[in-house]
Amino acid sequence: MSFSHDQPEIYLALAAFLLAAGIFGLVRRRTLIGMLIAGELIFSAASLNFVTMDHFFVNDPAVGQIFVLFIMALAAAEVSIALSIIIAVYRNYRSIGSKEVSELKG
Amino acid sequence: MKHIPGSEYAIEFVFVVAVLATVAGAALAVLATRIIRSVCGLALCCFGLAGLYYFLHAPFLSLMEILIYVGAICVTIIFAVMLAEPDEAPSRESRGAALGWGALALAISGAVFWGIARLGMNHAWLKPDAKAGAGSVKDIGVALLTTYSFAFELISLVLLVAILGALVIARYGRTKP
Repeated sequence: MSFSHDQPEIYLALAAFLLAAGIFGLVRRRTLIGMLIAGELIFSAASLNFVTMDHFFVNDPAVGQIFVLFIMALAAAEVSIALSIIIAVYRNYRSIGSKEVSELKG
Repeated sequence: MKHIPGSEYAIEFVFVVAVLATVAGAALAVLATRIIRSVCGLALCCFGLAGLYYFLHAPFLSLMEILIYVGAICVTIIFAVMLAEPDEAPSRESRGAALGWGALALAISGAVFWGIARLGMNHAWLKPDAKAGAGSVKDIGVALLTTYSFAFELISLVLLVAILGALVIARYGRTKP
């Protein structure tokens, strides 16, 4: 198998790598921002998979691109909400380690 | 268009650079100890992804990837890094436990990578006979305003609610007593 940009296998393997890196980061990171970055990597893996499938195996190549645009918009919304939650948590706990934020009020 | 000798090698070189940037950026994003380096890794990964989108004939997406991910998301995360103190405290777990849990996480993610990459590479994907459109920017715009107009409006509503929610949450506790 030659290394060429015109075959889907490389893109699919790269998307799998991004997903694996994101899962590794989600498991190993001890701060909320680090986990958020790992989550962004998982979003990117999904987007790359969508564009690959869209380019190689789908009739209408506009569909996957539009879906990836929606994914980007949702990722931006998710990041803004998550960062404001992180800042509120930092104000209350003086820390954003995921271990400190394990108490619930109730 | 005139054929330039050696242009295939240049194209493959750019492709390899994009792939390496994506892989290195993702690795840096999850492995770096300082959080600001991991944001830089995310930005590098997004630049590589933008190059890959260009190779997949989606130039609009590659532009949007740079605009939204590098220009908006990474910058927002850097703002949060400046407002909070995000550097990880030295781990309280012992060295052996850290190694053990790291190996476990590596095994889990390696299994995920191996399984999904194998599935994607060995599956006999069906190629379509004919393409319905070129997937150009014009096609995307037309589809956004006809077939997907409802989803488009919903996404804008979601973004509005997200902005308001972020403002409300981040402001909570800052009002004067």
